[in-house]
Amino acid sequence: MITPTHYMLLSAALFIIGVIGVMVRRNIIIIFMSIELILNAVNINLIAFSAQLQDAIGQVFAIFVIAVAAAEAAVGLGIILAFYRNKETVNIDEMNLMRW
Amino acid sequence: MPAGATRASHTRGISEPGSPARQPGWGGRAGVRPREKVRKDDGAFGMKYIWLIPLLPLAGAAINGLIGIRSFSRRVAGVVACTMMLGALGLSLLAFWQLLALPDDARAYDVVLGPWIPNIPLATRTGIGLFYVPWGFRLDPLAGLMILVVTGIGTLIHVYSTAYMADEPRGGVARFFCYLNLFCFFMLMLVLGNNFLVMFVGWEGVGLCSYLLIGYWYEKKSAADAGKKAFITNRIGDWGFILGVFLVYSTFGTFDFRAVQNAAAAMPIETGHFGVLSAICLLLFVGATGKSAQIPLHVWLPDAMEGPTPVSALIHAATMVTAGVYMLGRNAVLFQQAPEVMTIVAIVGVLTALMAASIGLAQYDIKRVLAYSTVSQLGYMFTAIGVGAFSAGAFHLMTHAFFKALLFLGSGSVIHAMAGEQDMRRMGALKKYLPVTFATMMIGTLAIAGIVPLSGFFSKDEILFRAFLANKAIWVIAVITAFMTAFYMFRLMSMTFFGGYRGPAWETAGHAAVATAALHGVPHPADPHAHGQAHKKDHEVTHGPAEPHGHLPDEDRAARAPGVKKDDAHGGHGHGAWHGPHESPPPMTFPLMALAVGAIVAGFVGVPAALGGNNAIEHFLEPSFTAQHVEGRAEPAAEPAEGEHAAPQASRRLELGLMGFSVLIALAGIGLAYKFYVTSPEISEQLAERWAGAHRLLLHKYYVDELYNATIISGTFAAARGLWNVDRNVVDGAVNGTGKLTVVSSWFSGLTDRTVVDGLVNLVGWVVQESSHAFRRLQTGLVQNYALLMLFGIFAFLSIYLLAR
Repeated sequence: MITPTHYMLLSAALFIIGVIGVMVRRNIIIIFMSIELILNAVNINLIAFSAQLQDAIGQVFAIFVIAVAAAEAAVGLGIILAFYRNKETVNIDEMNLMRW
Repeated sequence: MPAGATRASHTRGISEPGSPARQPGWGGRAGVRPREKVRKDDGAFGMKYIWLIPLLPLAGAAINGLIGIRSFSRRVAGVVACTMMLGALGLSLLAFWQLLALPDDARAYDVVLGPWIPNIPLATRTGIGLFYVPWGFRLDPLAGLMILVVTGIGTLIHVYSTAYMADEPRGGVARFFCYLNLFCFFMLMLVLGNNFLVMFVGWEGVGLCSYLLIGYWYEKKSAADAGKKAFITNRIGDWGFILGVFLVYSTFGTFDFRAVQNAAAAMPIETGHFGVLSAICLLLFVGATGKSAQIPLHVWLPDAMEGPTPVSALIHAATMVTAGVYMLGRNAVLFQQAPEVMTIVAIVGVLTALMAASIGLAQYDIKRVLAYSTVSQLGYMFTAIGVGAFSAGAFHLMTHAFFKALLFLGSGSVIHAMAGEQDMRRMGALKKYLPVTFATMMIGTLAIAGIVPLSGFFSKDEILFRAFLANKAIWVIAVITAFMTAFYMFRLMSMTFFGGYRGPAWETAGHAAVATAALHGVPHPADPHAHGQAHKKDHEVTHGPAEPHGHLPDEDRAARAPGVKKDDAHGGHGHGAWHGPHESPPPMTFPLMALAVGAIVAGFVGVPAALGGNNAIEHFLEPSFTAQHVEGRAEPAAEPAEGEHAAPQASRRLELGLMGFSVLIALAGIGLAYKFYVTSPEISEQLAERWAGAHRLLLHKYYVDELYNATIISGTFAAARGLWNVDRNVVDGAVNGTGKLTVVSSWFSGLTDRTVVDGLVNLVGWVVQESSHAFRRLQTGLVQNYALLMLFGIFAFLSIYLLAR
């Protein structure tokens, strides 16, 4: 039997993997993908509770999140592309123009 | 000037019918004319325009001063000035003639040109009065007499000046005539003003002009000093005068002479006590002592001789110095109410007369002798006023104006002839070279000495007689003075015109004349100060080489004199070298002759009753010295003047006796002087040696100047120096101390500013800078750092949220 606890554990696992990916990886594409993982961890939670509570609002939210994530991916990839054209790299450590 | 601006102010006096004791006026037309006629404009034409009399000289002064100094030739400047004076003289004669035509108790005419000071409420002793002063002129007998003297003698002296000043630089002549005209303007304002303030304008103005004219040769230190001395001494007197005027206002609430006189006549006579009228009179008298050079303010007049001689004649003999006498006469009613002050006036007057006459005995400068003579004669006038004989004082004022102006102009002619020499010891025997000057001066001398038919005799004997009636001691002093007067005047004549020639020699050759003249110490004609140059100290040294000429026989010199005259006759009278003493040109001798005629006949208007005359001038002047008759009072003021005519026959014999006595005294003085200085001149030297102390005392004018120097002047200097020290130490010290204090305190203030205020500001900046060093490390620019921190933050908040719940 798959209980909400399982969904939440999966979701938490995905979330932590995503956070760790954001924290430790240097490649900005990977970081981007990690952010997608975090968002999808949230989506799993929303879907799980929607099913548990017999309420469709959670699923609607999930659809919104996916839409926002798609938009975010488009903007983020645009920024990355522009950056890559300037710096010829996608290493996040090179992106420190706003430091002191 | 609209006709409505003219008005007669005391119509009440005119409409009063049948005033007693009507005397026939001059010319006997007085009583015939109906009074109503007088008010009509045609009847008073001349008097309506009396305000033009002072204005004409003012116009002359303006023309000469504004245009003339820059662009007039000597001749034009002189003609302008003389024309204006002639115009004023003509108007004066016209106005005077019409004044005579009035009935003699109505001889006063007021012209008000307009308000000067409008109605200002001002406190007086009796309440709030309206301080109103008009530009008002009054023609009455006294003023009429004075305008005739001022314009008449003034015109003659203007004419004389055109020749006397001919060697001056061009602009200087215009300046001179500007001042001279200005003086006449102020003098006429003084005598024509109908209130104290208009008179005061003239009073101050003549003082100013006197200063300007004494200092005419301002490059010469002695002249500049003498001008200052005259001005400052006069200011001391003016202080008294203005205080007196203030007191007049606070007492009577008006400045109008007639109103003040009427109010004063209504007050009780202040016998034995010293009331407000006495105070007024005493203050006015202080003013008169300054202007008329009486003890103790007489010191300026002899020094005033530094001015050009026509100035001495006009201002310091004939007119300005008599302003004090005029002013006292103008306020006769007040003085009659204050007998104590009258006594003071008489004493001061007679002492001045004696002192000045005695100084005149020992002076050697021809003008100084005349100056002391003037002081002495002014003393006579004050004596007359002091004993209540106001008419006699004014009469003597008039005759003195004639003969003293004559004597001064004569002395100017002599000085001119001697090319600037004023020391009588360097003259002598000039009778031969200056016949006209000699003859006219002799007339003047006899007049001042009081020889029978000449003018001085009548006026002086009137004073002596009235003094005799009033106080025997005053009479004795006055007679001694008369003796001295005759003596020193004849001494002057003897030293100047008789005896042997003692002056410098001269060169008659035409070529090299200038060089020789320079050798003689005679100024080059180009020297602007050729005339009036007082004591040339280096005289003896400079004329040594030309000695042989000095021993020319007299005939030789006389033979040359006509040639000299011919030289002078052609225009301009510009001298080349000095050709020896010579008669002056016609513009100078004509005034001399005119004044000589005046000196002879001026006395006949005042022939006393004792000699068969009717003393016309006394009756003529009397209305000016008495209060208005219509006040319903017993006219106490008129008493002294009337008393004499009611005097019994015995007094007639007394008067005749006194006259004879004074003529004898005068003759004795003349005879003595003739013996001392002509027949046996060694006597005077012996006397001077024998009484060396007295002689020195007189020569040094009783050391009055030295006394003033030692007391008042050095006291003033010491006080000034003391105040200067106070100023320097205390006032300057306070200021400097404040400055120092400010500097020190501002230094501390600056220090505080630099350390505390700036320190705080810098501290803030430093703290911010230093802390930012630390904090800016946070801004790594690495996205993951920020994300990590955000994560920690979220954890922290979540932990707090969870744990704190």
